[in-house]
Amino acid sequence: MSEEQHDVRLVVNGVTREIRVPARRLLSDALRHDLGLTGTHVGCEHGVCGACTILVDGRPMRACLMLAVSAEGAELTTVEGLTEPDGSLSPVQQAFAECHGLQCGFCTPGFLTTITAGLRENPHPTHDEAREMVGGNLCRCTGYQNIVKAVERAAAITAETAAAVAETAETPEGAAR
Amino acid sequence: MTTKLMGQPVQRVEDQRFLRGGGRYVDDVLAGSASDTGQQVLHAAVLRSPHAHARIVDIDVDAVLDLDGVHAVWTYEDLAGLSAPMADPLPLLIPHPALTHGRTQYALARHEVNYAGEAVAFVVADDRYVAEDALARIHVSYEVLPPVVGIEAARAAEHLVHDDPDDPAGPVPGNVGARLEQSTGDAAAAVAAAPHRLALDLEVERSACTPLEGRGTVARWDPDTDRLQVWTSTQSSTGVRAAVAVKLGLDLGQVDVVTPDVGGGFGVKINHPWPEELLVPLAARALGRPVKFTEDRREHFVSSAHERAQVQHVEVGFDDDGRLLGLDVTFWHDHGAYTPYGLIVPIITSTQLLGPYKPEVYRVVFESLYTNTVMVTPYRGAGRPQGCFAMERTIDAIAAYLGKDRAEVRAVNFIQPDEFPFDQGLIFQDGRELEYDSGDYPQMLEKIKALVGWDEFPAFRAEMAEQGRRVGIGLACYVEGTGVGPYEGAHVHIETTGKVKVATGLTTQGQGHATVFAQLVADELGVRFEDVEVVTGDTRRMPYAVGTFASRAAVMSGSAIHLAAKRAKEKVLRIAADALEADPADLQIVDGVVSVKGSPGAALDLGTVSVLSNPLRYAFDEASKAATQFSVGDPGKPPVAEDDEPGLEGRDFYSPERATFASGMHAVIVETDPDTAEVKILKYAVVHDCGHLINPMIVEGQIHGGVAQGVGGALYERMAYDESGQLLNASFMDFLMPYVSEVPDGIDIDHLETPSPLNPLGIKGAGEAGVIPSAAVFAAAIEDAERIPITAMPISPSELFELRRTHDRPVVEPAETPHPPKETP
Repeated sequence: MSEEQHDVRLVVNGVTREIRVPARRLLSDALRHDLGLTGTHVGCEHGVCGACTILVDGRPMRACLMLAVSAEGAELTTVEGLTEPDGSLSPVQQAFAECHGLQCGFCTPGFLTTITAGLRENPHPTHDEAREMVGGNLCRCTGYQNIVKAVERAAAITAETAAAVAETAETPEGAAR
Repeated sequence: MTTKLMGQPVQRVEDQRFLRGGGRYVDDVLAGSASDTGQQVLHAAVLRSPHAHARIVDIDVDAVLDLDGVHAVWTYEDLAGLSAPMADPLPLLIPHPALTHGRTQYALARHEVNYAGEAVAFVVADDRYVAEDALARIHVSYEVLPPVVGIEAARAAEHLVHDDPDDPAGPVPGNVGARLEQSTGDAAAAVAAAPHRLALDLEVERSACTPLEGRGTVARWDPDTDRLQVWTSTQSSTGVRAAVAVKLGLDLGQVDVVTPDVGGGFGVKINHPWPEELLVPLAARALGRPVKFTEDRREHFVSSAHERAQVQHVEVGFDDDGRLLGLDVTFWHDHGAYTPYGLIVPIITSTQLLGPYKPEVYRVVFESLYTNTVMVTPYRGAGRPQGCFAMERTIDAIAAYLGKDRAEVRAVNFIQPDEFPFDQGLIFQDGRELEYDSGDYPQMLEKIKALVGWDEFPAFRAEMAEQGRRVGIGLACYVEGTGVGPYEGAHVHIETTGKVKVATGLTTQGQGHATVFAQLVADELGVRFEDVEVVTGDTRRMPYAVGTFASRAAVMSGSAIHLAAKRAKEKVLRIAADALEADPADLQIVDGVVSVKGSPGAALDLGTVSVLSNPLRYAFDEASKAATQFSVGDPGKPPVAEDDEPGLEGRDFYSPERATFASGMHAVIVETDPDTAEVKILKYAVVHDCGHLINPMIVEGQIHGGVAQGVGGALYERMAYDESGQLLNASFMDFLMPYVSEVPDGIDIDHLETPSPLNPLGIKGAGEAGVIPSAAVFAAAIEDAERIPITAMPISPSELFELRRTHDRPVVEPAETPHPPKETP
């Protein structure tokens, strides 16, 4: 006997997607296997490792602990949606590359989404706050040393970019644009 | 001008993919809806034994057959009909004469299950959800047998793990799979004759690799070409390929194995073939549809591999300076239910135990024992952490006994820099002599003492004591045989675009091979780093390879790639010299352009050289016109000379006589909480020698990760088996893998570079180093803080609390001297 199917509308990285899934389908599986967005990884399926963290209406959530049907209408951001509109790396992504904040890359998407949300809430974390910000995600490769550095570097890049934008805005050429 | 990239902290090329969510791990292959992938992949799930030891009386799959969406359900009985060799046990990968009673499991259990988690039935369905529904409907009748759990029970042999009357291989008496002894003389006599003697009983518990990505395999059978394509998360593509071909009755040429991005390995993925690595291809062929298996986290705990558990007894005799006169070690190694990976782990323990020291006489004997628990195969360090624990605990005990500085006792036992090559007189894991190639241990000791503040520590301890705080310092040294054979190979192809495509057969699990190997090629060929693309672990591109383990990738494939690039360069210079009418010795290659030194006008780009290397009949673009038959060549000679080949390629292999020996020393300062017995890391320092560094950023990343894994293994992680063989903590909720809050906030690293004379780049392996001395160094520091002998690791706060009670050491200031271990009678 086939399972009852449900129509679900998800807004993923700004694009509305419609899928038909059983009620028990995990959001992580829907993203990966129904929508083909394989950037979100599944490391434990019980909400501990954080690899599947995505942003749900801007807040970091474990996609393996949500059902796809419960995300109806929500705005979801996955790692694929973190890059800048022009396709360049976001400050958090850029910081990870500069600081060697990843090795095998499997846990990385969950760190990137978590830190993206964390820095929105606290753009100037202290060192302890930077450690705290990544305290709920597991990484088996890096020993976290360079991930913490990447949090601090991402905050610095964001601040530098903001300063540069402010400076451009103050100049006549900037104002003319 | 191109700067030399060897030794530079070059940013990783693979990160661009990973950071955008563009990594391609095995579960990502053929993911998405059928309209995206062309063919909907089927999903497999495995029914696993709930019992640690039981006889299978009956398996009833009737309730599954009518389940919608189920395509296959198989038990052992089905295997022979699908492919005859599938009915045999899985391969014993590394046979050894001492492994007199080796046993491996069947792809699906035959008469008996020997650990909770062993594969019993295999289901293929539309998706994983339905496949798991099906598993719940399979009814298996078991006759439960008494389980053997832990080394003590295995040694007692009250029950046997392997005593199945229907097993053609017969029983394993005493649960002993192997007994192996090596010695350099009469150690017992040397101990007895020594002025001082000590005996130590030590223990290390089980842990596991636990990469964030578990095992996984996808296979697609192409009926039009009679070929099988396998993607698998492995550390040995060529190993899986050979095994799949044999087990499925295919020619090797019909099987391609691709290792995509791998989400961490740390050893567990070197074992192969896992049952699913055979069952998935078998199902893909039988069903004519692509099939995928992705292990879940609980399955990883109960059906992949563990490591580390050993019980050790050390007898040592020494002189007044602490010089080792006789060292006699016996240990018992828990290898779990089966021995697919042979004796590699205990052999490494027994040989690498010696570290940087040279006891006058050494003898080691081990028994490798069966238990009804998950099998044991190498986990990063692969037996070295246990050997290092035995040796370093012994040196610390000697220092405590003699009332000497622990660093001094180490120093008097070091192999000296002028003694290399140093033959330890034993046979190593690769069947070759344990001969150290190079190192400088005295200098390293000075460096680690300076880095951690060894000489300043007594003042720090006193200062802390005044504040009512208890601190301790530990030091541990190790030597690691890296880059073992037999060989690795490389293929370097300069395309007509000038881009360089490099392939090596071993696999990548996050080590940044695409970056470091491109650095080597860019240096050797004189091309831009950006123009080099490296592929690993794809048997279509390089079918001759061994695998990624034993800190061997940089040494083995790095050397092979260097040699292959050299060959390609020789050909570039030969062809360019002809074209430019110059002497090859007068040519240089800079940023992909070959020119005559001192006359910049005479130049050719590599793409053009590539065109010239391949005489053509047919042009396909402007550039290739230059290589067609009316444009080039001496009509009096064959277009391709007798000793030449078309194309601008270099292929070579690197096969060293023996391993190269890296080394390191770690030191840690810990604080122990007087009330809760929690252990806090105040400072962690590492001095490491892996010869010449290719990319220091990546080497340091490897050390960081190793240290974190070491912290987990020393203070948090263990496999909590109960007496019935159930793993009680088979989840990330209960198995305490370190978060950032558990690892040191900063790791001080210093390097020493004593190049290896065994390979062209002077490099040594670095992958496992960070984890080797952890148990030893934490035990030493906690012992130093608490003045209680620490003989078993890992140690939890509650265990330390108990130790305080049994040693009658409530909250008091540390005593002046450590509690000496007992003198042997």
